Amino acid sequence: MNWLTRARNALPFLGKRDTPDNLWTKCPACQEMLFTKDYEENLSVCPKCDYHGRIGADRRLALLLDEGYEVLSQPDVREDPLKFRDTKKYTERLKQARAANPHRDAFTAAAGTIDNRPAVVGVQDFGFMGGSMGMAVGEAFCKGAEEALKRRCAYVVVTAAGGARMQEGILSLMQMPKATVMTRRLKEAGLPYIVVLTDPTTGGVTASYAMLGDIHIAEPGALIGFAGQRVIQDTIREQLPDGFQRAEYLHRHGMVDMVVDRHELKGTLADLLEYLEPAEAA
Amino acid sequence: MNAYLDFEKPVAQLEARIADLRSSAQSDQVDISAELARLEQKSAALLETTYSSLTPWQKTQVARHPKRPHFRDYVQYGFADFMPLGGDRLYGDDEAIMGGFAKLDGRRVMLIGHEKGHDTESRLRHNFGMGKPEGYRKAIRLMELAGRFGLPVVTLVDTSGAFPGVEAEERGQAEAIARSTEACLALPVPIISVIVGEGGSGGAVALAASNRVLMLEHAVYSVISPEGCASILWRTAEKASEAAQAMKVTSSDLLSLGVIDGVVPEPVGGAHRDPETAADRLTSRISEELAQFDGRTSKEIVAQREERFLNMAR
Ligand SMILES: [Zn+2]
Repeated sequence: MNWLTRARNALPFLGKRDTPDNLWTKCPACQEMLFTKDYEENLSVCPKCDYHGRIGADRRLALLLDEGYEVLSQPDVREDPLKFRDTKKYTERLKQARAANPHRDAFTAAAGTIDNRPAVVGVQDFGFMGGSMGMAVGEAFCKGAEEALKRRCAYVVVTAAGGARMQEGILSLMQMPKATVMTRRLKEAGLPYIVVLTDPTTGGVTASYAMLGDIHIAEPGALIGFAGQRVIQDTIREQLPDGFQRAEYLHRHGMVDMVVDRHELKGTLADLLEYLEPAEAA
Repeated sequence: MNAYLDFEKPVAQLEARIADLRSSAQSDQVDISAELARLEQKSAALLETTYSSLTPWQKTQVARHPKRPHFRDYVQYGFADFMPLGGDRLYGDDEAIMGGFAKLDGRRVMLIGHEKGHDTESRLRHNFGMGKPEGYRKAIRLMELAGRFGLPVVTLVDTSGAFPGVEAEERGQAEAIARSTEACLALPVPIISVIVGEGGSGGAVALAASNRVLMLEHAVYSVISPEGCASILWRTAEKASEAAQAMKVTSSDLLSLGVIDGVVPEPVGGAHRDPETAADRLTSRISEELAQFDGRTSKEIVAQREERFLNMAR
């Protein structure tokens, strides 16, 4: 399943509320019909099967930061540098994504506190073009890191992406080393960098800033990997193991420190920050 | 015997005629030297025009040409005293990514790169140049070693991408690539990278977060293969040619986008027609680039590399 089909599957959660069609939400995992209001009050986690649904940037920021946080403006970048067009123009796809999302692109950062400990939190929103990493995402990631450096506080990044933004070609690939320059600066400045991996985190995002944290937390069941499952199947022509590339699988193989339920996420971050006090610069 | 690509058919026909004429000339008494010269000139001109206007998709095919020179060829023709080093000290030795000490115009360097292999046996051994986590972790180990002993790093990138397989995922392919990129950026010595064939996505950039990034004239460098891009955005891999065009994958495209710093011209008809000349041009260009860092402090070297990526793609 690529990010386009994923984005379509995620659509029921993006619809308007309070219309009869949206009173009920079908859990994509166990197919249980859930009262939408209950589901959302449960942080979009299925009470039956514990499936962690995808949530947008604003809900995620409100979930993790104490009240009164400041959302950073999204930086300007060159738009559509390749004049890309497939079956549709890239500018057209951007316009559509913006009409359906409160933000201009897939990465939103905010500065505030987590249980009174200062932190900058960056959130990647799968709902915006599959969370794909292009110049705007890379630049917003860097801006969040700069803010953490300025405030000498932790940087927490919540990842979600189908991969790179193909419509920006090689410039999307260049976001990998670019973001890595900033994770190195955080390290040199003695500041903690914590990654929260959510469903799905794949491709170039996983192979750069998502795997360079001091601490890696994953949400239950989240798909996390480098290569897509279909690509792997086409290569090896055999069945993939049960639970392959899921959060628990990565935990078992030593790639994440812990798998944490969404309800416990903020508390866990606060506990971690108690130990990861900004150190002297290296 | 040359292996011809589809678009080289007219050249192939001419070269076949020339070969025929040559072999018949040995038995006949007729003087055909004038005709031979005419055909050879025509064929050379045709090759030159064909290669001066390759489409992005044709370049992709040239970059993947079965006879295209790979790491071992550049080692043989362009570097001296290569001492291969093996293993990541964690799991194994991945021959898709080779590395070791070498001399380049007398300068001691750490040379690292993908090797695709040249026949069935070696292609399997090198896993077609698709690195696994242990390959990238070997690269990290060698880069750190080079940094400690003040050896500049040279990487030759040539991969369709990092290996997509269950074991690779299990052992942390993504983490290995991320750490390898980080290792490039952390080097206190200069690192010069050349995309010599295919620069396939994360598996390529992991060895190319460098002070200077160059491309061979007909190499390609992209975030996803044209087939992969086409099958997602056009819903069919058959639109690969359109995808290659749209993604801007060629050396001249990337130079104008500011993603690479220079293009190394290939011999007429592609590097595979004259690997020795290709290697000569490649290594003399790398030498020139390295010389620019002589006398620079490690702080300056790291800063230049960081700015290169921070300012790019803004
Ligand atoms: Zn459920």
